[in-house]
Amino acid sequence: MDEIVAEYIRRTVLKIPRDEIKMMLQKWGFLSEAQLQTLNFHQIKDNISQEVVQLCEENSADIKQAAVLDIIYNHIYQNKRMWSVYQMRKTGEELEYFDLTDFKKKFKRRLRSALKNVTITFREYEDNAIWIRVAWGTPYRQPNQYKPSYVVYHSQTPYVFISASVLKSNLPLLCQALIVASNYHDIREMELRSHSLNSLKDIVFKRYSQNFQTYCPKPLQGKTVEPESVDLRIINENRNEKERIQRLNQEAFGDGPQPILQFAQYKLETMFKSSPELDVLDKKEPFRCLVKFSSPHLLESLKSLAPAGMADAPLSPLLTCIPHKARNYFRIREKKGLFPGSFVSP
Amino acid sequence: HIATSLPLPSERDHLRPRIDLIVFVIDIKSKYSLKNVEASLAYVDANFFLGKVYFLVTGVGRVNCCSVEMNAVCKLGETYCSPVLFCELELEGVRVATAQRLLRTLQICAGLVPGFSALSFSLLMRNSADD
Repeated sequence: MDEIVAEYIRRTVLKIPRDEIKMMLQKWGFLSEAQLQTLNFHQIKDNISQEVVQLCEENSADIKQAAVLDIIYNHIYQNKRMWSVYQMRKTGEELEYFDLTDFKKKFKRRLRSALKNVTITFREYEDNAIWIRVAWGTPYRQPNQYKPSYVVYHSQTPYVFISASVLKSNLPLLCQALIVASNYHDIREMELRSHSLNSLKDIVFKRYSQNFQTYCPKPLQGKTVEPESVDLRIINENRNEKERIQRLNQEAFGDGPQPILQFAQYKLETMFKSSPELDVLDKKEPFRCLVKFSSPHLLESLKSLAPAGMADAPLSPLLTCIPHKARNYFRIREKKGLFPGSFVSP
Repeated sequence: HIATSLPLPSERDHLRPRIDLIVFVIDIKSKYSLKNVEASLAYVDANFFLGKVYFLVTGVGRVNCCSVEMNAVCKLGETYCSPVLFCELELEGVRVATAQRLLRTLQICAGLVPGFSALSFSLLMRNSADD
């Protein structure tokens, strides 16, 4: 077995938490049950990984099998990576039957014709997701297995989720191969990024609970909004205000759990508006400024701002439109014309 | 009665009993909190400042999250001649202890403890804080 493969398998096993190694090796299916029985999972990980490499040696593992183990790891720990969303577009409306083998063949052919040294691995999952792992090399170097790109494609949708490796130069080639293989016409990057792959899917597949613009009449006077049991001796003076905030929040965010995003970024290219006496800027050029909101669960924290008393309700539509517009990177420019203000660029 | 700011909504005026003690809660982690309290102080009748107003500062456990300067809070207490209490409401033990303190203070302010008036008690509180 190749030294590179051995080292790669060893490092991959080291990444896995000790309690999960057995489960992942079983999922991998490369080592037989008998072989797995011989492994002692109670020793330090260093030793476990050495033993695994020994067994793989016996079975003559090659890079293809090692890559599958890597996909399995990244599928379970998908939230460690940052995912971007891409949308593909077709010219016509023809609904073509999706052939998986055809897709894989075309994808491999396209990539290999441009770049000889690539490792391409596919794995299908139950929710119609096709995971693709690509390790990139150059005409003169073997693929770097430690910096692969991952692509998740749901064949019934025009969306592709990509977690690119650091080498951004391979991205155009990857996109090209995707549209050729899936019979689309072109692909564009959406301004939507997150660590949580499932949340990205929820947003673009519209699986989160949305609020529809129906008229919500004010609740009857007798109904209390507070869900927790409160001591009746505590009297809340601003109950009307609290109910109003609750209602506006519900209209803006809906009732269900919010998709998990980590950032919202607003690039301002607007003019600085100050009172005439201050006159901060001599030149009348756009004041470039970047506002970034970050949080482990951005939408949930935005939702709790108004009830916590930290912001006025209703919140700015720039914040509440994030799931509907399926983007968390915005560029705000000056609105040209009669009405001074700002608008969000598409 | 808990309220997010003053003045209190007027529609409940007829339901409110006599107010014996006002505690302004300032969250050290939020500048907005201090500003809100300062704005609400303007709506308090001057009589309350004779020992019936207290400032409760919470969030002191998280020194690295402080947005409000301690000086600003202490100055506020001095300007309005009212004691400042410090606590950390997120800790169960401290919360219970603070609640007991406030209840005792409320008893005094309501005139239920013979020999103590709200004014004399607040002077006691402020002098001991300065030492």
